[in-house]
Amino acid sequence: MPLTIKVPYTRYLAPDGTLQGSLPAWADDPALLCRLYKQMRLTRLFDQKAIALQRTGRIGTYASTLGQEAIGVAIGELMQADDVLVPYYRDTAAQLRRGVRMEEILLYWGGDERGCAYADPAVQEDFPPCVPIATQALHACGVASAFKIRGEHRVAVTTCGDGATSKGDFLEALNVAGAWHLPVVFVVNNNQWAISVPRAMQCAAPTLAQKAAGAGIAGEQVDGNDMFAVYDRVQAALERARRGKGPTLIECLSYRLSDHTTADDASRYRSEAELKQAWAEEPLKRLQSFLVQHRLWDESHEQAWLSEAQTRIQAAVTAYEATAAQAPADPLDYVYAQWPSALAEQRAQWLERVSHTRTQEG
Amino acid sequence: MSEQHVNKVTLVEAVNMALRRAMRDDPSVVVLGEDVGTNGGVFRATLGLRDEFGFKRVLDTPLAETMIGGLSVGMAAQGLKPVAEIQFLGFIYAAMEHVVSHAARLRNRTRGRLSCPLVIRSPMGAGIRAPEHHCESVEAMFAHIPGLRVVIPSSPARAYGLLLAAIDDPDPVIFLEPTRLYRMNPQVLEDTGQRLPLDTCFTLREGSDLTLISWGASVHESLQAAAQLAEQGVSVEVIDVACVKPLDLATLEASVRKTGRCVIVHEAPRSCAVGAEIASSLYERVWLELLAPIQRVTAPDIPPPLFRMEQHYLPQVADIVQACDDALNYA
Repeated sequence: MPLTIKVPYTRYLAPDGTLQGSLPAWADDPALLCRLYKQMRLTRLFDQKAIALQRTGRIGTYASTLGQEAIGVAIGELMQADDVLVPYYRDTAAQLRRGVRMEEILLYWGGDERGCAYADPAVQEDFPPCVPIATQALHACGVASAFKIRGEHRVAVTTCGDGATSKGDFLEALNVAGAWHLPVVFVVNNNQWAISVPRAMQCAAPTLAQKAAGAGIAGEQVDGNDMFAVYDRVQAALERARRGKGPTLIECLSYRLSDHTTADDASRYRSEAELKQAWAEEPLKRLQSFLVQHRLWDESHEQAWLSEAQTRIQAAVTAYEATAAQAPADPLDYVYAQWPSALAEQRAQWLERVSHTRTQEG
Repeated sequence: MSEQHVNKVTLVEAVNMALRRAMRDDPSVVVLGEDVGTNGGVFRATLGLRDEFGFKRVLDTPLAETMIGGLSVGMAAQGLKPVAEIQFLGFIYAAMEHVVSHAARLRNRTRGRLSCPLVIRSPMGAGIRAPEHHCESVEAMFAHIPGLRVVIPSSPARAYGLLLAAIDDPDPVIFLEPTRLYRMNPQVLEDTGQRLPLDTCFTLREGSDLTLISWGASVHESLQAAAQLAEQGVSVEVIDVACVKPLDLATLEASVRKTGRCVIVHEAPRSCAVGAEIASSLYERVWLELLAPIQRVTAPDIPPPLFRMEQHYLPQVADIVQACDDALNYA
């Protein structure tokens, strides 16, 4: 018989926005709830704009964050400025709330490394989006080790998808985090699909959170489309880590409403009916319904915010498109702290080639 | 026992001396790996460091090389200087993704916002009758990666000075220690903290008839071959490349320009090895001045045999002398 592990599950809001049971004390803060909703809406509008920019050839391939706004916004809202986010490539929501600028995210997906240079002081130590699956979980453990070695009360937060939990890096990260009692929080965005492979084919365990048990750390599931649930449990995990009580694995049950990336066509492998059901449970409408039901938000608020958000997004697009070309030496200047003299000849050849091509292109 | 003998240190002791010096001078230096703490490393390279610097700076890790690689990246991005030990080079493949996709690229990916000042040390090479997967020489796999430095000492003094420089260096360094030399040829070595440059070859013996280029344990046989040839009146220049990435071609080029003949010796299999890169680069630069084709003395393209056959696998002094004779006698 497979070993059975009991995994706690948290949900406050039903898909229609009605409350199940009573809310935690922190939720008695209308300004906070509206701020969270507005950030989720801003994220979704930005995400839609990024896809539109890709469709018109103004950025490259983009990984949409559609449907997981609650997870990323909660993480970004709750982390302290001196905590470190070690994100994966589908983390626009968390990154934006942390302080990464929209034009930087566009620049990165638009094919320019300067998009990960990050201007905001709050994100100077945050990692760039990680593409090789699950490797970031170990980097977060290294960051958390540094905090622990130096005796700092800071937390590393790392994110990944459900597919990443199949990789050794993820399991090795849980293992060392437990063995060393590291101040790290692992957030799995279980959006049910690893490109075309569904969750059920990824792992035989009934939950991904129970992988925590093998590492001797805390693990739990939350409804990832319920902002109250995500916020509450991420907050608790951050506090535990900050107080030296060890790491937590949080599995957020959500759904990837988008294609894997703009280069993917999810209709090849999943049904319309499934997608329709997922839309009925999505996080933004759920929180909006709650806010409207409790008279914290109405149509005039919505229209005012849509207008402001679109203005901000348009300003970011303008800034992105006005970004000056990289200096010819940029792809060389950050490979080593100082370009090795042994490679001087290659440098000269590169600079000549780029300058020649640019001259020809006018 | 003479007093002088007592003062001599082996290569592995020189590594230990450099680690201790670096940890004393810089509190951001931490050592991590399998068995590096209480046990002092399986070769004793980290002996005594746990006692002096404590468990927060000398970390016995769980037994997972991927984890060691990834953890080092995270630590280094935070401004620590992790010196990770991979117990044998044959086990480093699990950590490759972190070395190649992250350590070597983090500075570039963030346009200098984050960097990875880490060192990964690992024993390399055959010749100590070790088990399977304990005998690899895969320096070329790392030398191929932009953003890395690859350093291979061949004497206690170079191990000491190059390791200190590697730890200082703001970029990731792969530091490969030939196990065959760990306890061979001890030399007098003062703990002066003196660094050696990471971007130059070391000319160990000057000569005018032929340039013998090597690195790692093969430097030992190359020097013996040069001594034998000297008895026959042949003047051989012996160069220890030491830093195979980036490669100091200027020194190699100048020497071959002078001698007109070149033999490259390495323990790694021949195809796509660092020797191929050196030979190709030298042909581009000095082919009109060459008096003979460049010779290579290498292991064949086979896995390192178990130890009953490993002496046939490793380049021997006689092989090197023969290759030099071929170059010298080329019509």
